[in-house]
Formats: sequence, C-alpha cells, structure tokens
Amino acid sequence: MLELITENAVVTALVALGFLALVFGALLGFASVRFKVEGDPIVDQLDALLPQTQCGQCGYPGCRPYAEQIAQGDEINKCPPGGQATVEAIAQLMGVDAPELDTGGAESAEVTRVAYIREDECIGCTKCIQACPMDAILGAAKQMHTVISDECTGCDLCVEPCPVDCIDMIPIPTTVQNWTWEKPASNSNIIATDKQPAHQAA
Amino acid sequence: MTAHAVTHQIIATSSQSERKLFPIPGGVHPPENKSQSLNLPLSALPAPAKIILPLNQHIGAPAKPLVAIGERVLKGQLVASAKGFISANIHSSISGTVTAIEELPVPHPSGLPAMSIVIRSDNLDESVTYEPCENYFELPKEQVIAKIQSAGIVGMGGAGFPTSVKLGGRGKIEHLIINGTECEPYITADDILMQTYPQEIIEGVKLLAHLLGNPADVVIGMEDNKPKAFTALKEAAKGTNVQVVAFPGKYPSGGEKQLIQRLTGKEVPSGKLPSDVGAVVQNVGTVYAAYRAVKYGEPLIERITTVVGGALQKQGNVIVRIGTPVADALSEFGFKERQASQLIMGGPMMGFTLETAEIPIVKTSNCIIAPSYAEMPPVAPAQPCIRCGLCAEACPAGLLPQQLYWYARSEDHEKLQAHNLFDCIECGACSFVCPSHIPLVQYYRASKGAIRTEREEKAKSDRSRRRFEFKQERIAKAEAEKEAKRIARQKAAQEAQQKMAEQKAKAPPAAAAPATAESAEDTRARLERALASAQTRLESAQAKHAEAVAEGSDRVDQMAARVKQAELKVQEAQAKLSETQHTPTASTVDTNSDDPVARAIAKAQAKNAMSPLEKAQSNVESLENRLSKAQEKHQQALSEGADNASALLIGVNKLTEKLEQARTELQGLQAESLSSTEKPAAAPDDPAAAAIERAKAKAEAMASMSPKEKLENQIESLTGRIAKAEQKLAAAQAENADTVEALALGVEKLKAKLASTQQELEQLNP
Repeated sequence: MLELITENAVVTALVALGFLALVFGALLGFASVRFKVEGDPIVDQLDALLPQTQCGQCGYPGCRPYAEQIAQGDEINKCPPGGQATVEAIAQLMGVDAPELDTGGAESAEVTRVAYIREDECIGCTKCIQACPMDAILGAAKQMHTVISDECTGCDLCVEPCPVDCIDMIPIPTTVQNWTWEKPASNSNIIATDKQPAHQAA
Repeated sequence: MTAHAVTHQIIATSSQSERKLFPIPGGVHPPENKSQSLNLPLSALPAPAKIILPLNQHIGAPAKPLVAIGERVLKGQLVASAKGFISANIHSSISGTVTAIEELPVPHPSGLPAMSIVIRSDNLDESVTYEPCENYFELPKEQVIAKIQSAGIVGMGGAGFPTSVKLGGRGKIEHLIINGTECEPYITADDILMQTYPQEIIEGVKLLAHLLGNPADVVIGMEDNKPKAFTALKEAAKGTNVQVVAFPGKYPSGGEKQLIQRLTGKEVPSGKLPSDVGAVVQNVGTVYAAYRAVKYGEPLIERITTVVGGALQKQGNVIVRIGTPVADALSEFGFKERQASQLIMGGPMMGFTLETAEIPIVKTSNCIIAPSYAEMPPVAPAQPCIRCGLCAEACPAGLLPQQLYWYARSEDHEKLQAHNLFDCIECGACSFVCPSHIPLVQYYRASKGAIRTEREEKAKSDRSRRRFEFKQERIAKAEAEKEAKRIARQKAAQEAQQKMAEQKAKAPPAAAAPATAESAEDTRARLERALASAQTRLESAQAKHAEAVAEGSDRVDQMAARVKQAELKVQEAQAKLSETQHTPTASTVDTNSDDPVARAIAKAQAKNAMSPLEKAQSNVESLENRLSKAQEKHQQALSEGADNASALLIGVNKLTEKLEQARTELQGLQAESLSSTEKPAAAPDDPAAAAIERAKAKAEAMASMSPKEKLENQIESLTGRIAKAEQKLAAAQAENADTVEALALGVEKLKAKLASTQQELEQLNP
C-alpha cells in the first residue's frame, strides 16, 4: 500500500492534496465556529452613518429599523435629515452608486433646525413629550414645556401632536462660534483669463 | 539694504555664539515690508468718540455683559466678565455711556455680526483708580495670576488665548519662550514695543518666569531684522538670566511650535500642546500687558497696532484703545479709500479681509493693512495644480499640501486626517509659493471645519442614539411591568374562578351534607323568592277569577287565562328550582299541605335531602310530569292549529330524550345500591309514582343478576362509597365544617350496611 503511494506519482499527489484539503477544511471549520460573528455588523455600520434623528421620514420607525431595511436591500436615499452626504457615505459602505436624495417632495432642508415651544401658549398637555424620541422636551402635565435645544435633533415629530400649535421649527443660526470656512469655488473648468476683472467688465 | 543685511549678520553671529539654534523645515521668504511703518515713532491715537467691544475677542466662551444700556462707565471699568474657564474679562477703554448691546460686525473672517457693547465717549476720559502692586514677587502665585485674569489679558500675538489659563497650567515647565519673532510681513508692532519698553518687557519676563516656577531656560526670540529692538532688550536683560536671541528670519518661524523647535530643537508632537514638551510661549505684547496689569493694576484697554499700506498718507505704529473703529485709525493716517484694493486685519499671510471699516480694533488686532492695488493686486484665479511640489518644500509642519489639496477637493475626510490635516497651522506658505495661485489654505480651513462639524454631528448622533435607546428601553420596561401586572391579575382571577368551580364541584356530591358553596344557596334563595312571588300572583289571579265567576262578569275568560298564565309561571319556577337545587337543606316543610305550590317546594326541598339514587328517581319523576304536560300542551296546540306546535313537539322530543337519559342513570344507580331501597323509612315521603318506578327499576335490575352477584356488587359499591364518605369527612374535619357530625353518621351507616351485606353474602356462600 505504502509502496503504491510512494512509487506512483499520481497517487502521491492525490493523497497529498486530499490530506491538505482535510487540514484546511478542519481549519476553516474551526475558524467559522471560533470566530463566529453574532448579529449583523453591516446594520451597526449603517446605523452609525444615519443621523439618529429617529424622525421616521424614511417610513420606518427610527434609524436602526431603516438600517436593517437597507441591509435587506431597501433604497439608500430615504434619509432627508442626513442629506446627500449620508447617501454617499452609505453608498460607499454598500459599494453601490449614490442615488439622488429622495426628499419625498419636501424642500430639502439642509439647515439643521430645532424645535422651539412658545411658552406663553403651551397648555402643558405633554403630547409633545410623548412624541419626542430624544426625551428632549422638559415639562409635566399642566406645566409649561420647553425644548432642550442641545438634545433636539429637529425631527419635527413634536409639531404635529401639539393641540395649540405652539411649536416652531427654528433653523440654527450661523454665528461666529459655529461658522466654518467655505471651500473655494471650483473654477477649473473655465478659461482662467475669463475670470480677470478686466474681461468681465468688457 | 546692504547695511541692513550686515547688521543681521552681526546679530546672528553674536546670538549663535550664545545659543545653539535648530533648523525648522520648510518656510518662505516673502518681502518683509517692515521699514515703512518704522519711520515714525510710536504715537498714541486720540481717544475715539465711540468704541465697540465685541464680547468674544478671545478664544473660548464669549464674556457676559455686566452693564446696561444707558449706564455710564469709566475708563478701565469691567463691562463684561469671563464666562467659564476659557474666557476673558473685557474693560471699557474710554469713559462714557453704554448706548447699545447688540450684534455688530466684528473682526472675524466670516464677516458675521456678534454681540458687542457700544460705548459713546463723554470726552472726559475719566478713569477708575487702578491698584498698583509693588511686591508681586512676594504674593502667592494664584493671586498674581488672578490679577492677570481680572485684567483680561489674552495672547496678543493673534490667537487670543487667555494668558492666565496658560500660566496656571500644571506640569513642569523647562522653557519660557518670549515670542518677539513677528515673522509676518508689514507688522512691526512688537518691534516698536520692544524698542520702546525694553525694561518693562524684561520685568514682565521675570514676572512670568516667577509664575511658572522659574524655568531654567528663559529666552526672548526674535528674527534678526529687528536690530534696534535686539540691542535695547539685550541692554535691559543684562544681569538677568533672560537670554535674548535673534535668528535669521524665515516665515513662519514665529509660529508657536516652530519657535519652540527653532530654539530648543524639541518638536511638539501631533495633537499635543507646547506644555507637553515643557515649554510655554508668550508674545512680547502679552508679557508687557501682563506686567502692567500686575504692577499698575491696568486692565487690557489698549494695544500697539501697525497701520500700514500704500493707500495711506503716512504709516506707522499707534497705541490704540481697544474697541476703536478701524475707520478712526485709518483716517488718522490719511486713508485714501479709492486707492485701497482691500482692508486687511492681521498680516498679509494669515490676516483676513475686512468688509467694512466700522469694525473695531480688538485685543488681538496687531496690524491694519490698507494696501494699494499695486501692492496687493486682487488674487489671480486659481489654475490647475501642476504638481510642482513647491508647497511640500514650503510647509513648515512637514505635511504634503498637494495631497491634502486633492483630498480636500474630493472631501475624503479619512485620508485628510490620515495625512495629518490638523497639524496644519494655516500659515499660508503653501498658497504663497503656489504657481497656480490655488487658495490651498482655504481648502484646508474648509476641510477642517467640515471635519469638526462632522465630528460634532457624530457625537450628537451618538448621544441621540443613546437617548433614543434609553427611551425605548424605558418604554419597554414600563410595558413589561404593565404586562406582568396584567398577567398577575389574570392569574388571580383564574385562581378565584377555579376555587369557585372547585367549591361548586365539591357541593353536588355532598348530598348528605349541607352546602358549602354559598352561590348555590343564593341561587336557591332567589328561585324560592321567584316561586313565592309567582305563587302570590297565582293566588290573587285565582281570587279575581273566583270573583269574576261569582259576579258573572264578561271578564271570566280573561281571568281564567290569567290564572292559567300564573299557573304556568309557578310551574316554571318550580321546574327551575328543582333543576338548580343541588344543595340539601335542613328545613322541614309540611308536605301534607293542600297547596300545590307548597307541596312542590316541599318536594324540591325534600329532593335535596335525597341520596343520588333518590334524586335520580325524583328527576325521572319530574321529567315524566313535564313530559306529560308538554305532550298535553302539544296536543292542545295541534287541535287549535297554533303556530308553536312544532316548537312544542321539539320540546316534547327533548324531554323524552332527557327522560330516557335519566332513566338509564337511575338504573345504574339502582344497580349500585339496591339495599338502600329496602329502607323505606330513610326515604322521604315520595309520591307513589316514584315508588312504583323504583320498584320497577329494582325488579328489572334484580332480574338481570343472580343474588350472589348482586351482593358482591353491593359490597363493592359500598366500599367505594365508604372510602368517599371518609374522604369527605376528613375534608370536613380539616375545614372544621358543621357537617362533620352528619358525615360521620353517614359513614357509620354505610359501614353498618356493608357489614350486613357481607353477612348476607356469607349466608349465600356457606
């Protein structure tokens, strides 16, 4: 038997390959058990990219459910609060082309907003408190409510339930504190000399 | 020019002999343009008619205003106090009235307005009295630092970092470096300060060295293009441990990290602070202001600013009150607006364009440039990068500006950070050398801003996620608690039901004992009441009927119908009572009563006292009665041709079925306990029909069995019954029920019966 294996080159090769296949198979089998990944890491990664406003504008009850749906193959452009940047980030993660952001007909609100309660008009019904996914509204029954603006994600969910319409969505103003430099306008596609002031006047 | 260069050489060699200098990478040599502002001696700008004091003239949180509109303030009065750790006090630089606290244009590259206090001068220039302090070396360091803090001293080189924070830092400081480099073109404010007040600067350096725990290395560094300042300081520093060093100029050797490297050879690691390499750097202007704040108690209300540019009639350095509008300073120097290409605050390399001259000069404003078009033509349009690599050669931080440019354009933030974008000091050397005029620094600044915003958003979204998840968790918990409560309630209800059912189940077999289940008693009571009332109605109907008959009224038929109805009702009540009454009762009723209703009650109650067999018998009996009645009714309906005949027929059929069932049951029971029927005394006074039925059934059962078998059957069933009765007795004893005696009696009777049956059997089996 041993002689047959050693003297016949084909048999030797077969035996060697078979042995290697067994070894690697065992190794892979062990690895798949030992390094088994619990859960779906892609959902976590997607969830990390979403803006966590929990606004439900994507049609799912929160950011994580939408991340799960994206992992299942849903469209990646359903997150207006995240904007085009989020769409692109998700596209990069998923390895697909970035589609245009689907704002669902609404004007794309690139500016971040926060809710503001006109406190004189608040009747203390606690409906907005229940609606807020962030616990960002402070108040109690029959007491005036107010928004903790640092925690507000501008999801709009408190506006609808208010029976007296005393909640406004106010854009966060740009001040010297939060201002950042603009990227220079790209003009690489035009003839440089066309930009000279003298030529513009002509 | 040659003479100047020679002087540079002399200073350089003389300083190099004292101290070893270290090279820094990159750097550029822009035209210095410093001489034009040094022609005139330092002068003071007259007090302006109004000042604008932005609340945020420093790095950190804006100060909190302390004055109200219309309030009169004096020169040197605190008008806004530091809010938070990294913040600074702001003092009025003139005496006058606060006319506004509002958003006004401030010196900021954004050109955005910010909260500012406006004070209109009363031209009196009345000052608060300052508290001088001579013995500041003897005071606790914290107290001296507090003086510097309350005077609102911030870094005057440009950044505006609160000085007290820098001095109050922990960690061992080895190098105190005083920055007199002033490497940006045009600016000569520090130069003229060093020339004019060398003694004060040296005293200030000694003060800061004292506050920092007297570091071994105290050095004033400057570029070698300031020979007068160098000599003056050198003279003043004689006899002290303060070194004065000049080195060949190169932009940006005045950068904090660059200067540390130039003088000590230590490079501040990426993301670290100078204090991490044991160095503290202070601008000469800051040193001077800190010294005056401690020694004379003067707050920071004025500074030296260079006003320079081709669009001015004269150029020079002035002492200017903080808050003076730029326009005031410019008009003093003969500003020709039409000739100016732009207005720049700060140096030409790192400064920013002002959109209006109504912007105030603040603590960090070291230079105002009003250049002519020839001096600083508008920026040429950017052309494509030709990858020449000059920017990489010029970068003092050793970065790769070209790579950063590509990544900034494609907004590849990960790559930007991998290429250490945040080590960029935004000196503008790369933009300066770029042959394509690409505004590289603006790309980096924009990218830095975008990355910072992204980080903030990320942090906020993480916080939001945590808050959201916490809320979800809380809601889930509340729901779970509610659910648990609901389940507990359900379980309790079920248990209660089960208990009731058990009690009910217990009740029927306890035929010999009074009921334990109250509900059964209640039902019976209710039915009895119903029966009684039905009976009353029947009586009254009968009376009325009799009356009507006697009177011979027309209503006799009607009354008869009523009587019939009442009779039916009574029957119904009786039937119901007999059906639901399972519980025995101790009450004795006169069964001989003539009243049929009373008899029915008596019958029903008597039934309760019966054994199962007897009950079954009476059941059969009542069913027979009902059947015969139903059949009667059916016949009647048929003869009358009523609609309900078919319904009645169904009723009859059902009753027949029930009767059959009851009969079979009865037979089974009779087979079980034949002997019990031999004791007619024990049986209540039953109607004859029952006796006949019983006799018939008995006869049938007897016929089907041999005597021996019968007896054996009897013994068996009796043993079973005794066991059951004993069980019940035990249960009753355990519950301490009233029925114990009765049950005990029953058990004894059963035992006696068993004994007699066994005797009989023995007689049969000799």
